[in-house]
Amino acid sequence: MAPSGSRPARRRAALGVTSALVAASLLAACGGGSSADTDDQGTDVPHGTITHLTHVDPSTFDDFVAKFKEKYPEVEDVKIERLTDYATEAKTRMSTDDYGDVLGIPAGTNNDQLPDFFEPLGTREELSKTYRWLTKTYDGQVYGIADLGNAQGFLYNKKVWANAGITEFPTTPEEFLDDLQRIKDTQPDVIPFCTNYKDGWVIGAWEGYRGSVSHDPDYVNKLPEMDAPWSDGHDHEVMDGLLYDIVARGLIEPDPTTATYDETKIKIGAGEIATMGVGSWAVARAGKDIAKAGLDPDDLGYMPFPAQVDGTFYTVTGPDVTLAINKHSQNKVTARAWLDFLEEEGLSAAMGGLSPRLDGPVPEQLKDFADQVALFELAPAPVGKESLVNDISTASGIVLNDGKYRQQIIDDARSGARTKQQVFDDLNAAWAKGRAEVLG
Amino acid sequence: MTNVLQRADRPAPAARAAGAGPAGRLARTPARRPWRQRLVPYVFVAVPVGLLLLFTYWPVLNMFWYSVTDWDGLDKTKNFVGLDNYAAALTEPDNLRVFYVSLYYFAAALVQMALALYFATVLSFKVRFRNMWKGILFFPYLINGVAVGMIFLNFVKPDGGLDTVLTALGLEGAIRQWTGDPALVNVTLASVSVWRYMGLNFVMFLGAIQSIPREMYEAAELDGANRWHELWLIILPSIRPIVGLQLILAISGALSVFEVPYVMTAGGNGSETFVIRTVWTAFSRNMVGLASAMAVVLLVAVLLVTWVQRRLVPERQVDIA
Repeated sequence: MAPSGSRPARRRAALGVTSALVAASLLAACGGGSSADTDDQGTDVPHGTITHLTHVDPSTFDDFVAKFKEKYPEVEDVKIERLTDYATEAKTRMSTDDYGDVLGIPAGTNNDQLPDFFEPLGTREELSKTYRWLTKTYDGQVYGIADLGNAQGFLYNKKVWANAGITEFPTTPEEFLDDLQRIKDTQPDVIPFCTNYKDGWVIGAWEGYRGSVSHDPDYVNKLPEMDAPWSDGHDHEVMDGLLYDIVARGLIEPDPTTATYDETKIKIGAGEIATMGVGSWAVARAGKDIAKAGLDPDDLGYMPFPAQVDGTFYTVTGPDVTLAINKHSQNKVTARAWLDFLEEEGLSAAMGGLSPRLDGPVPEQLKDFADQVALFELAPAPVGKESLVNDISTASGIVLNDGKYRQQIIDDARSGARTKQQVFDDLNAAWAKGRAEVLG
Repeated sequence: MTNVLQRADRPAPAARAAGAGPAGRLARTPARRPWRQRLVPYVFVAVPVGLLLLFTYWPVLNMFWYSVTDWDGLDKTKNFVGLDNYAAALTEPDNLRVFYVSLYYFAAALVQMALALYFATVLSFKVRFRNMWKGILFFPYLINGVAVGMIFLNFVKPDGGLDTVLTALGLEGAIRQWTGDPALVNVTLASVSVWRYMGLNFVMFLGAIQSIPREMYEAAELDGANRWHELWLIILPSIRPIVGLQLILAISGALSVFEVPYVMTAGGNGSETFVIRTVWTAFSRNMVGLASAMAVVLLVAVLLVTWVQRRLVPERQVDIA
């Protein structure tokens, strides 16, 4: 590097000005597109082209697009755009105005931010007559409707469980552990339980068991008042305790750090894995991949979290991804028509999930499960406290919906670095600290 | 032929003005040149500088701004919180614990330098297929870090390539859970890092060694020096600045490890590095403000290390940097 001090200062100034101009003109060029107002909302008939951002295989929508265009001849096209790292990419795009017309609300969006980004779809009062799981609600207004619903239980291989002589769903965590042990004893080549440790999003979904243990629709709403959710038999203690015990008793895969979900979903179909904790969406979606691999998707079954209240299994159902309309969309009429069309024509059924519509059917693959389990949904957060749980979870550093803290539990259970009680004490301390920070 | 060479040797006016040539040469150009001609170099230089400002300095400035706000990556409003994020970045035990992982990479970097020096010394003497060996040693550095992660992910997983080789050699007993064993995971990942970066160290050492005049060795040999003496008394003293530079690069590299562990374990099983934690803080914990502060802390740490190096090794000796 030549020392810059020997050059005339005048030249450096000129350089600065020129490049600033270039930068400015580039910036102006970027901004120009979005400021041009080509709003054509004068007409109420769906028309033109819209874009739908999704995390799933675009071909899922092929039939829907064709039928939609049939119904509304003036619609030119519905472009389906798949984002691979959905939440991160969608959030980045949401810092501009250009994030499609219809899109799934990315994880990590707080409810109090919804009005900044999305079009209100109606009041909760009114929409709750048709739809379940209106969790994306702020100030009484609904901003998103689920594409499909999930129950959070356990995916299992029916043959393996039957070979171990188990015919009934386990009713307590202890019984669940015994059953896994029995599978290990009778079929030493089978992995009784696969944690899917490597894929944070799978292990993060354990958070979906909350509420199912206690059959308390208000469990999540009570979290901000709890100083120690990992104690006294609260849901978090039961579910994370089960995870710790499964790992500590050596009922999991030998090396959790390497296997990806793409591998384990085939292995469970092949009977090399007996059980995994994934949402009910997996029955249909993993089933498809298993069939492609030449295995029998009917071997897959779904069981509830091993806890009963008065002799009944209760399982929480919730939305998978919530579809919303971009506040800055130039074609909101068509976007709304497309969203309603997807809900009415059964996108959820096509994807093998529970229907968000109150009158929607239970998909074939989940009938067996739904017959033995009472499904219920969590109560919506009270008005004004929609973001509270999220805020505490972030401030505490635990980040409930992220897989990281459960990976830590698995690490500790494998190495014995912390006992179960130490893990819970640390989590309780962090939660109390987060609570103090948020509630002041 | 000579004509062509001469023309090629002469730098184009634009290149000369772009900052490569000494200032004195420009001063010789006639003062009465039309302004348009004088503008030409700036037009050329404006494009790369503009892009640099737009895509490097502007985002960095933004990062400094985010680091003093409570932004979550999405909110329309960013509240100023002063130095709270810096306090959190430097006091949260989880943020500091991850620096401990860097020690593995630093130790690995020392091994890597030793290996690189060994190969560079051997290959600076007459060896059969010298260029082929050089190519083989340098090649891993050319592979993208993510690809390296993928390759080794499959290589070290249970029943993967490494286990197969060990079994074939009859060393079944040596098989471990290379990334699953908490005591071993960082060693495995650091070894991958050695595999990847050794080539760069090697090339730098080789360049330095080859700039040592041949006569030195000849004179030494006349005085009865063997190869070992040559290494200790001629090669090492001559390349001391390069060794110093490599050491600094090793420290700043160990602080900012990212790709290989991120792809292979995503920071699981106690292999989390500072940068992995920064990314997690920004995009999973949704605290972009705090993550920006962490990034600034890392930047300052690396600058500090570089500054110390500049003090220890006089600048003129490391101009190859």
